Order: sequence, then structure tokens, then C-alpha cells
Amino acid sequence: MMDTLILLSAILLSLFMIIPLYRAVMGPTVLDRFMGVNAIGTQTTALLIMIGFIYKRVDMFIDIALAYAMLNFIAVLAASRYFHKRKGLTEEMES
Amino acid sequence: MKTKLKKAAFVTTFSITFLILFLFWCIFSGKFDAFHLSLGVISCLLICWATSSDLLIVPPQISRLVRLWSGFVIYIPWLIWQIILANIHVLVLVLSPDMDKRINPKIIKFKSRIKDTVGLVTFANSITLTPGTITVALNMYGDMVIHAIDDESAAALPGDMEKKVAKLFGE
Amino acid sequence: MIILTSLVSGIMILAGLVFFLGGSIGMIRLPDFYSRLHSAGMLDTMGLMLTMGGMALYIIHDLTLNNVLSALKIILIVVFIFITSPTATHAIVDAGIRAGMKPWRKRGSEAGK
Repeated sequence: MMDTLILLSAILLSLFMIIPLYRAVMGPTVLDRFMGVNAIGTQTTALLIMIGFIYKRVDMFIDIALAYAMLNFIAVLAASRYFHKRKGLTEEMES
Repeated sequence: MKTKLKKAAFVTTFSITFLILFLFWCIFSGKFDAFHLSLGVISCLLICWATSSDLLIVPPQISRLVRLWSGFVIYIPWLIWQIILANIHVLVLVLSPDMDKRINPKIIKFKSRIKDTVGLVTFANSITLTPGTITVALNMYGDMVIHAIDDESAAALPGDMEKKVAKLFGE
Repeated sequence: MIILTSLVSGIMILAGLVFFLGGSIGMIRLPDFYSRLHSAGMLDTMGLMLTMGGMALYIIHDLTLNNVLSALKIILIVVFIFITSPTATHAIVDAGIRAGMKPWRKRGSEAGK
């Protein structure tokens, strides 16, 4: 019963991920793309634990989820620092 | 730079940092045989030796730190309740069909009366964590720039949250 | 007992999914980058908190040491996300402000500050 619920939730969650993916691919500015990637990373953290429940190996998948959350945070921080004072960041918006 | 510490203060800081680190080691490792525990003791001792003077606790302020953490225990459940309320508000806003009429993004500026820098950071993080408001900029003197998504979120600032944080940091 | 914990954790997981859906839809519907960040950063954090809480509750329905450790690790992930999510959001907003993007204003309201 509960396993079915978690399986269905995992499928639904991976379907929801298409919407931030649209924003990450089509986003008008670079920062929109970061935001989409950040949202996908947050949802993946939850999805990894659900996959752990499906394979009955939660203790292993939790470590992967923790590493993924840290990596996601570092990636967004580094990327947004990198584009800090970039000229041309707003030019895409006007076109 | 490592600061010169009194011997007793150093021992207190060292042991508290060691205990906290070792607790986290136990949770993350999950194995309690002699080999893994001794590995944990060695690595925690190494980290404590390198960084215990400025990692978690600054020695002259241990009593202040205890008061601060006991304040946080009361503050954080209240904050989570506020976050849940604001989340439901933003969820209804986003899913409502006439969203274009209801949102009104704007930038508001005000001066906070909190003096402590850690308090200001806590306040800014709480504002960002509450949906509907994002801290855009903040300086040491308490000038804050907030981006709010609609009138209701903007009207809630600084309000109750500032009073609670100010009380937490003893002002 | 097991029925009760399963029920509560199932409700929490479903509520978390609603918040995830709301955050995703907000990223499409809201008009500009700054207001999209409200839904992207915050509603996702709330959804993560609810789903993770539900799964941590479900995992301790039989109390062994390993399961309790797993639940503690899940709680630690939630705490980590709670501390880092405002920081990531603020980093993105800061990059936007420094690059000189103008926030979207509703038509008819007075021009920006």
C-alpha cells in the first residue's frame, strides 16, 4: 500500500520536473536557468530518497541524496558568483 | 590566525567541539565497531586541533551562547509556523486564476533596529525563508532592501519577526 | 499503530507533492525573474520538508537502530536545505541586482523607487 503510494509519488515528482526544465532550457535570462536548475536539484533530493524506498536500500540512497544536496548548493552559489558582474547578462532579456 | 586562549577556556571549547563532531560522525557512519569508532576519534581530534579556537564557539562568550541557543529553541518552531502560513498564502496566490490582479511585486526599504550582526543575518535569513519576501541587500547598519510579491506580504514587515529576533539577541 | 503512521506519512507526502506542483507552476506563470524566485526557492523547500518528514516518519515504523539513524540523516538533510536555501536564493537575487535587471512593475502603479 505504502510502497505503491511512494512509487506513484516518485512518478508524479519526475513529471513535475518537466516544468522547471522548461524554465531552465527556455528561460529568458541566465539567472532564470540557474533558478530552474536549483529547483530541479531540490526535487531530485526528494526523488532519490523515494527511489531508495522502491529499491529497499534507503540507508545507501540517503548518503547519495545528502551529497547531491551539497553539490546542488555549491553549484548554484559558484555559478551565481561567476556571473556577478558580467556584462551582457541583461541583453538577452531585451531581444 | 589562531587566537591565544586561556587553558581552561581552550579545554572547554575543545571538548564541546569534539563532542558535537563525534555525534555527527556516529550518525553519518552508522557503524559502532572499534575500527570505525577509532577512525572517528582520530579525525575529530585532528579537526578540533586545527580549528577549535574559531570553528563553533568563541570562548569568552560561552554563557551568551547558551542563552542564544535556548532562545533559538523557542524561536524556530514559531518561525516554522510562520513559514507554513506564508507558504499556503503563496500557494493559493500562484494557483488562483486571477493571479495577475492579485500580485503586485515591489521593492521596499526600511531600517531595522537590530544592532548585532549575527542577529541581522538571522533576521535576513528568516525573511528570505518566509515566502513572499526576499532580502535583496543588507548592510551592517541595518538598512534592508526587500522584494515583496504582493501587498499583504509587504505589509507584514518588519512586524513581529523583528521583535522576536531583537529579543533573542537581548536588545 | 503502523496504520496511523502510514496514514500520517502518506498525507504528508501528498501535501509535499502539492507544494512541489505549486512551486513548479509558479515558475511558469509569474511575470518576471524576481517574482519567479519566490515560488522556486520557497515552495520547493516547503515541499521538501513535508515529503522528507513523511518518509522519515514512515521509516521508523519498526524501531531498529539502522532505521532510527536513517531517519536522523533525513532530518539532517532537511536542516541542511533549510540553512542553504535562503543563501542560494539570496546569491541569485544579488547577481540579478548587480547585473542591473529591473524588477517588473504592475502597469498603473507608480514607477520604481
